[in-house]
Amino acid sequence: MATTIGSDAAVARRGRGKSTPPPGTPPARRRASAAGRRRPLGRSRLPYLLLLPALVLELGVHIVPMAVGAWMSLREMTQFHIQSWSTAPFAGLRNYRATLDLDTATGRELLHSFWVTVAFTVASVALSWLLGLAAGVFLQRPFRGRALLRTLFLTPYALPVYAAVITWTFLFQRDNGLVNQVLDSIGLAGHRPFWLIGGNSFAAILVVSVWRQWPFAFLCIMAALQNIPGELYEAAYLDGAGFFQRLRHVTLPMLRPMNQVLILVLFLWTFNDFNTPYILFGGSAPRQADLISIHIYESSFHTWNFGQGSAMSVTLLLFLLMVSVVYLLVTNRRVRPDA
Amino acid sequence: MRETTAERYARRVVLSLLALFVLVPLFAMVSSAVKPLRDVQGRFTWLPTHPTVAAFVDMWTTVPLGRYLMNSLVVSTCAAIVSVAVAIFAAFAVSRYRFRGRTLFSVTVLSTQMFPGILFLLPLFLIYVNLANATGIQLYASRLGLVITYLTSSLPFSIWMLVGYLGAIPRGLDEAAQVDGAGPMRTLFRVILPTALPGVLAVAVYAFMTAWGEVLFASVMTDQASRTVAVGLQGYSTQFLVYWNQVMAASLVVSIPVTAGFLFLQRYFIAGLTAGAVK
Repeated sequence: MATTIGSDAAVARRGRGKSTPPPGTPPARRRASAAGRRRPLGRSRLPYLLLLPALVLELGVHIVPMAVGAWMSLREMTQFHIQSWSTAPFAGLRNYRATLDLDTATGRELLHSFWVTVAFTVASVALSWLLGLAAGVFLQRPFRGRALLRTLFLTPYALPVYAAVITWTFLFQRDNGLVNQVLDSIGLAGHRPFWLIGGNSFAAILVVSVWRQWPFAFLCIMAALQNIPGELYEAAYLDGAGFFQRLRHVTLPMLRPMNQVLILVLFLWTFNDFNTPYILFGGSAPRQADLISIHIYESSFHTWNFGQGSAMSVTLLLFLLMVSVVYLLVTNRRVRPDA
Repeated sequence: MRETTAERYARRVVLSLLALFVLVPLFAMVSSAVKPLRDVQGRFTWLPTHPTVAAFVDMWTTVPLGRYLMNSLVVSTCAAIVSVAVAIFAAFAVSRYRFRGRTLFSVTVLSTQMFPGILFLLPLFLIYVNLANATGIQLYASRLGLVITYLTSSLPFSIWMLVGYLGAIPRGLDEAAQVDGAGPMRTLFRVILPTALPGVLAVAVYAFMTAWGEVLFASVMTDQASRTVAVGLQGYSTQFLVYWNQVMAASLVVSIPVTAGFLFLQRYFIAGLTAGAVK
């Protein structure tokens, strides 16, 4: 999608040079803008009229709440003021200071949660991508049962989150769960460990997250693989390239544009994931799996300090924006010399 | 190009392991749903020794599952219809016209879709509470309020996917319609939408699915009367025991329609999800 942002910007820039499209403009675009000029209403008001409902809703559900969130983060929005927000006194940057101050328990716990989330996100995205790639590559050539496997692999993604995660909660039960039963039967878990509290909870949530997420990576990689011309593989094969060489020199380079977007999307989704820990741990995450979304949620609704909760949310957003921008800059720069 | 023996075995091993990873929880879900309560409380067994459909009967009375289902159905349908209806016009504008602010609009839509949900939760909660105090309009814990919050995630996605679908329809069709004297609206409804119908359907199903599966807003913005399935399933665990067989049975029942819809339309999701990135 990032590549699309780039090309959209380029198109918009070209579009500004109204009279004649520059020679680089693809023919389809040129024809479209010529058609636009022919329409009587076309150029000026119609696009805005079409966008109006979307703009109003976007404003209502995204822009205004974000502005309110930013405003809240600068107020002492505690339980006494939630019912009538105009009475909340101005707090300046106090909420941010309290949130980010490592000398306070709040700040230390937030930082802890941040690092847990980073570790969780990196591991989950890497594993999901790897499984998606493996399934995509091995399902590339036709064989009997391929369509069935593809449908099966997509199922975890199609299930409603809570149904999937609550099933895992059951599997991870200490006494009547499947996981401990399997470990028992191969003689690995003599004392039947807890999975949803304590140190194991990180592994548990990682497994659930990967189970839910890897089909999305698979879906995207599979679609991108369909666009790789078979001749490329033939040529590599004739040159004597083995499986891993074809993977490295044909598949991965051709997947690059998709991967650039896929990894960013997976990163943002996983980092913001609320559903998985909330359902898996039944509302209160153990410290070892205290992901940032649930941390903010709990600290906001336990103390009803919405000002501080908003300060945390805004900080989280700024962090994610920064990471995304740096990521896009770095990955785009590395693409350009070859292109 | 022939597959070597090593490659063939690697393929079989990898695909089998992945299939096992996916299947085991699904299998446990189904097999536990047809067990009596006693059998899901002891050691886990793969196959039900006393198969029964009791869980599928009892689950309606242990919690008011019927009401939760109705709430989910109403809220998800409304969210899907509104976001698709709005998204069609927006996507038509973005895919067919060049106008000032087009890039800004696209980037905003794309990025809000990636923002953390928690960022919108606290402000929306505060807005709803204060709106009710100031004007008496009850959005908190109402279905309408829930529909509005669900648009935060379904609207950007619908716009984005539809831009992909409409963008893939050849401009030649528009021009042919114009030559025949059709205006932009007529072109959209008579030419473009019929061609993009599977895509539009896929977007509607996707929007429905996201609302059907949403947990964060539902956990805060609902009460007993407006609770959706997403939160309602937690009702099967009481302080003393968890009706795991009923949890699994209810999970199955609420999953099957949306999962089937998604898998049935999978071809179109592949096209839509990747339209933005591949181009």
